[in-house]
Amino acid sequence: MMSITKGKDAMTRQMTGAKMVVEALKDQGVEVVFGYPGGAVLPIYDEIFQQNAIRHILVRHEQGAVHAAEGYARSTGKPGVVLVTSGPGATNAVTGLVDALMDSIPIVVLTGQVPTFMIGSDAFQEADTVGITRPCTKMNWLVKDTEHLSDTIHQAFHIATKGRPGPVLVDIPKDVQFATGTYVEKPQARVSHYQPKTVGDPAMIEAMVEAMEQAERPVFYTGGGVINSGPRASKLLRELVAATDFPITSTLMGLGSYPASGKNWLGMLGMHGLYEANLAMHGCDLMINIGARFDDRITGRIADFSPNSLKGHVDIDPSSINKVIHADFPVIGDVTLVLEEMLRIWKARGSKTNSAALKRWWGQITEWRAVDCLKYKGSETTIKPQYALQRLEALTKKYDRYICTEVGQHQMWAAQYLGFEDPNRWMTSGGLGTMGYGTPASIGVQVAHPDALVINVAGEASWLMNMQEMGTAIQYRLPVKQFILNNERLGMVRQWQELLHGERYSHSWSEALPDFVKLAEAFGAKGILCKDPADLDDAIMEMLNYNGPVIFDCLVEKHENCFPMIPSGKAHNEMIMGEVDTRDVIGAGGGVLV
Amino acid sequence: MSPLNIEKGSSSHSAYDLRSHMSDVVETHTLAVLVQNEAGVLARVIGLFSGRGYNIESLTVAEVDRAGHRSRITIVTSGTPQVINQIKMQLERMVPVHEVHDLTVEGAFVSRELALIKVIAKGEHRVEALRIAEIFRANVVDSTLQSFVFEITGTPEKVDAFCELMRPLGEVRLARTGVAAIARGV
Repeated sequence: MMSITKGKDAMTRQMTGAKMVVEALKDQGVEVVFGYPGGAVLPIYDEIFQQNAIRHILVRHEQGAVHAAEGYARSTGKPGVVLVTSGPGATNAVTGLVDALMDSIPIVVLTGQVPTFMIGSDAFQEADTVGITRPCTKMNWLVKDTEHLSDTIHQAFHIATKGRPGPVLVDIPKDVQFATGTYVEKPQARVSHYQPKTVGDPAMIEAMVEAMEQAERPVFYTGGGVINSGPRASKLLRELVAATDFPITSTLMGLGSYPASGKNWLGMLGMHGLYEANLAMHGCDLMINIGARFDDRITGRIADFSPNSLKGHVDIDPSSINKVIHADFPVIGDVTLVLEEMLRIWKARGSKTNSAALKRWWGQITEWRAVDCLKYKGSETTIKPQYALQRLEALTKKYDRYICTEVGQHQMWAAQYLGFEDPNRWMTSGGLGTMGYGTPASIGVQVAHPDALVINVAGEASWLMNMQEMGTAIQYRLPVKQFILNNERLGMVRQWQELLHGERYSHSWSEALPDFVKLAEAFGAKGILCKDPADLDDAIMEMLNYNGPVIFDCLVEKHENCFPMIPSGKAHNEMIMGEVDTRDVIGAGGGVLV
Repeated sequence: MSPLNIEKGSSSHSAYDLRSHMSDVVETHTLAVLVQNEAGVLARVIGLFSGRGYNIESLTVAEVDRAGHRSRITIVTSGTPQVINQIKMQLERMVPVHEVHDLTVEGAFVSRELALIKVIAKGEHRVEALRIAEIFRANVVDSTLQSFVFEITGTPEKVDAFCELMRPLGEVRLARTGVAAIARGV
């Protein structure tokens, strides 16, 4: 139904709130919604039923919906959209919201709510969703009037994607979905006053460039912000590294922005980062942080973090700057725009690096690299998890490949042993460390990239946390490969208990694991069991050649520890390697840290 | 130093902030925060303070621009300079927050609090209460044969001083608004 409102030149459309939701999503260019129906969202599901523009993926648990949307968002750069019902639907989504908040992933979650006249009456499936999710979102809204619904949804997309991205939530009572109101088109919507600063201060950027010209031991330290800024940021970063010949390391979240095969690549830094990366951070005289936030997994002991360096920090979020580490060159802005400006100034000034000093610095780094910190003791009888990942890397390198992970040892090994050549290819739960992230994330990635190879590198314990999503994979014919490094342990918990709690392995293993092959078959997927290193390559090829979802049960060494490791509360130059005695490496001070 | 002998800076932004701030000077700052007057905005601001472990010594809020839907929150908070800076940055990045002013660093400002003080007293004490009220320019806004209610406006220190003088005179019941503050001049 079309009508023209008086006094406004824009043509306005009247429709129900439920229809508005679908229209607004279309207006925003949304192609896929991950969701689960329930009483309070039935009108919206009725509208979804009557259209074909937006595809709905029925997950098996609302947490899975949010992680799938995260996988979709991280692998495409577009916001992920979730639709769930009130009460338990919303509370189940909370872990995913916090995960997206910690890792700055743009997610728009729409929740149903009991009708406005029942709010506060402890109605069936009522929860204070905006109250519960207020600290779990970048912004949230309860829409009490259909007239404001479409406008709020447009605002939600604006806020989720602008500035530092993050999750937002719109709570829509059922009567608001049924009532009729005026639809506001995207261009007419209020985008609110929220317009974060994206252009960095040129004078500060110039000062940073000047420091780069003089630096004797520089290092680029990059993070997820480079990836969030879009593919152009990665391209500019590569140009800048090529122009300066500085070494570059990255956080877990930033892997792929600079190619792992690039000659300046030091590997990941941090608690389980590479020896050369951490020592370069410790010994540098100039650190240029681009889109990272000095997380505690990165810094180790703050007092001894890179003690003799000047630090530049580029971040779109002003609160990230000087939060943990003092920045000598603070630049608030979007990574793409700041990198553009850095390159422009670098070229305009005809900048040259201190090449003699840089040569010495590279000589030092080459010595550190020669330590070969990722070496491990191989085995001919047992599959070492590192070996499994090395083989996976070798056999999948040439594919159009996306990797997801769960959380724990396998995640760190994946970050160490797999190489990422491009951004948006690596989906992992960094800030929150959410076990159960990988399976639904892999589904979200596969939905976005139906023809690509999508692998979830998992541990068996993490994998069990959202294994119900295999049902989703089967239903939508998503050929996700679940590569489970099965050590029958909570490996990282076990490692900490060994190092810190006198080898008392309190509840860090499961005595009742399922038969993963039978489980795969029960879901309708293919199950592969591999326990002999000699069979591994063939088994991986079998997984890759199967056109459908696979659960790969890779039985690995049960007591392997993840090294290198900066023990909690220690500095970068106090990292421990595999061979050393690891007893009492974590002092009383470090013991209380997580 | 904590019993576990954890050095300053061991952890800065995990939930377990074990740093000793003893060497750092704790400052008190008065912040004026202009926010969109919408549902939940106060909960959002308070949640930031409780969630990140910041102090609130006083907080007042009221709508100050009806047409523009703006409310002004005046917060008195304390922390090391680094913490105060974080508080401001964290407030500024909140979507419904329009402006954050640190009145303490932006120049001279006026800060006032209103209190209603009920004093239940007898005989000479009633006379003394009235005499002190006159010195403090407090108004009597309610009177019975057993009690007075005084209204006093001033700095928190003035209100504190008045209350302390009233206590020996009888039973004191107190309602305070918290601080409202605004910069001097234009």
